Amino acid sequence: MYKILRKQTLNEQVKLMEIEAPLIAKKAKAGQFIILRVHENGERIPLTISDYDAAKGTITIIFQEVGKTTMLLGTLEEGDSLQDFVGPLGKASHFPEDIKKAAIIGGGLGTAIAYPQAKELHRLGVEVTSIAGFRNKDLVLLEKELHEVSDKVIITTDDGSNGNKGFVTDALKNEIESGENFDLVIAIGPLIMMKFVSQLTKQYGIKTIVSMNSIMIDGTGMCGGCRVTVAGETKFACVDGPDFDGHEVDFDQAMRRQGMYKEPESEACNLFKGVE
Amino acid sequence: MPNMQKEKTKMPEQEPKVRARNFEEVALGYTEEMAINEANRCLQCKHQPCVKGCPVMIQIPDFIALIAQGKHIEAYEKIRETNGLPAICGRVCPQEEQCEMLCVRGIKDEPVAIGRLERYCADYAIAAGVEPLTCKCTLGKKAAIIGSGPAGLTCAADLAKEGVDVTIFEAFHTPGGVLKYGIPEFRLPKSLVQKEIDSLVDMGVKIETNMVMGKILDIDDLKEMGFETIFIGTGAGLPSFMNIPGENYNGVYSSNEFLTRINLMKGYKYPEYDTPVIRHKKVAVVGGGNVAMDAARCAMRLGAEQVYIIYRRSETEMPARNEEIEHAKEEGIEFNLLMNPVEILGSEQGDVTGIRVIRMELGEPDASGRRRPVPIKGSEFDIELDAVVVAIGQSPNPLMREATPDLKTHSWGGIIVDEETGATSIEGVYAGGDSVSGAATVILAMGAGKAAAKAMLEYMTKE
Repeated sequence: MYKILRKQTLNEQVKLMEIEAPLIAKKAKAGQFIILRVHENGERIPLTISDYDAAKGTITIIFQEVGKTTMLLGTLEEGDSLQDFVGPLGKASHFPEDIKKAAIIGGGLGTAIAYPQAKELHRLGVEVTSIAGFRNKDLVLLEKELHEVSDKVIITTDDGSNGNKGFVTDALKNEIESGENFDLVIAIGPLIMMKFVSQLTKQYGIKTIVSMNSIMIDGTGMCGGCRVTVAGETKFACVDGPDFDGHEVDFDQAMRRQGMYKEPESEACNLFKGVE
Repeated sequence: MPNMQKEKTKMPEQEPKVRARNFEEVALGYTEEMAINEANRCLQCKHQPCVKGCPVMIQIPDFIALIAQGKHIEAYEKIRETNGLPAICGRVCPQEEQCEMLCVRGIKDEPVAIGRLERYCADYAIAAGVEPLTCKCTLGKKAAIIGSGPAGLTCAADLAKEGVDVTIFEAFHTPGGVLKYGIPEFRLPKSLVQKEIDSLVDMGVKIETNMVMGKILDIDDLKEMGFETIFIGTGAGLPSFMNIPGENYNGVYSSNEFLTRINLMKGYKYPEYDTPVIRHKKVAVVGGGNVAMDAARCAMRLGAEQVYIIYRRSETEMPARNEEIEHAKEEGIEFNLLMNPVEILGSEQGDVTGIRVIRMELGEPDASGRRRPVPIKGSEFDIELDAVVVAIGQSPNPLMREATPDLKTHSWGGIIVDEETGATSIEGVYAGGDSVSGAATVILAMGAGKAAAKAMLEYMTKE
């Protein structure tokens, strides 16, 4: 069993949990993920590792309550335990050498996954610009943390409620147009956001890494459910990724595959919430 | 005087129409009377040809003689001397190619139903609650087993019996490997697999789940933790796809995904279990092995109206066991033979709508000795479907070899070992089962686990 040592509500839908998992914490690196099961009859869901502390022996996950499993997870409290917690899975992020200036783009919850990447690049001495977008100001995540690991932070909101209306793509474009010479962009968030960021950076020829959070079961290359087409070839997000070259990913296919279990998922949510 | 009845004593089964819609076990097992009747068909040959056909050398005539005398527990103990998983082997071994193929009765009549008798005494003993074998880890030696499928479990059992302190590391949340995720409930009840595993735990074997080796721990970590020998039994879990257009449409599954959702995650009990499965109406399973039969029969049990097997050769070349093919046919699975998929068709929304196949004919024998299927030009046609399960084989999982550069492997991924001992290119590290051979059978994996256990014991005790 894997104990929840800390629980924090980041906004009305997003929670943070620090989980006791010393062996995983010892090996974890930025870009990797874990798979968890909340209870004995539960499904296995992948969540990207948001932070890790080898000395304390903990892994931090940040999740949005979008489905039955994440809602159930959200009901657990400090001191409770998770049934299963497996990792670290996937390949660690591999940054090209001689990167001087990087833009890290987070969309919504994706910001929680982009954060360790910003942290890692910052540690490597790269000049980091973090751009994070949210629907409104109440949903803003990790602003303080981003400031700690970035040279510049731009937070946008869809409705402008934080005083900076727009999408992350607008902000990124502004930065590029105003002469920021990024040699790397990392975009993590909804597929549609990663698609548009990749389209934009392609125009400017800036290398772009995206993180695919596909539907998967085992996370070890066994089920092949997480197939994603990259440069015309089928890859498994769990073992070949989750990071891929954003200019090569077939996002339209990925979006269709993401929606495969929409019906049973919403049915399960309704059952969980007691809605007929 | 032996019973000269020409045919095997029939084993009762669920009616095909009924069982095609449930996940209960198909074959119901012998009664005591049936078992004794069948046991009496054994000639008790002095030269025991059947034993030579068994990868784990079960003393077959001896255990059958005990059944004939009504000593069913003793018969079980006799099997357990060489085989730690009798209830499983009695169900899933291809006896027709092994022990039963060499049975003298089989020359004129049907061979003795060795598999059914093995199953009988295992079930009898489990129901009676046999005493577990005890192990006291007295040897003061530690061994690590990576993977808890048939190879790993057998290796663990044999080492534990000799007093080795054994720890099994399993990547999934529950042990059993292919016995849990792959082979369906109706062919191998999971409660029974769990009982066999529990008996290992009773012997003192420790099982650590959620341990993806190569990621959380590697060979060096294990050596540092004091494991003198290590056995790699990580199976052949990497699914092959056909590399034809349309393979990433929604509704195309690897057999691994399809079976794992259903068996391991119990998707057929959704929403009691959280993992969803989609109940498709028309399903094609591509492939002709046991895994293909399992997937097709699962699709039927999930309520499909039509389930096809699509196989590029003829039924003679099908690698699946005859029994599985017969069972599948009885349950209404349609066999589309001498056909090969060329494209999977889909809708704009990305869902499978059909499959385009081309007819094949058999040409000259190929390297495998089977006649090579050759496409018939211009014979393509479409079959309407809403799901395709690709069951054309698996190759060894790459995680261990990626994490262990010193571990020598073949270009196709199999670990290179000494055939007799299972020794790998790293001292003290052994391997066996599908991770070495590529996808094969439960019993061959068990044989490899057994051979490695013997070599590991010798390695740990030599001075």
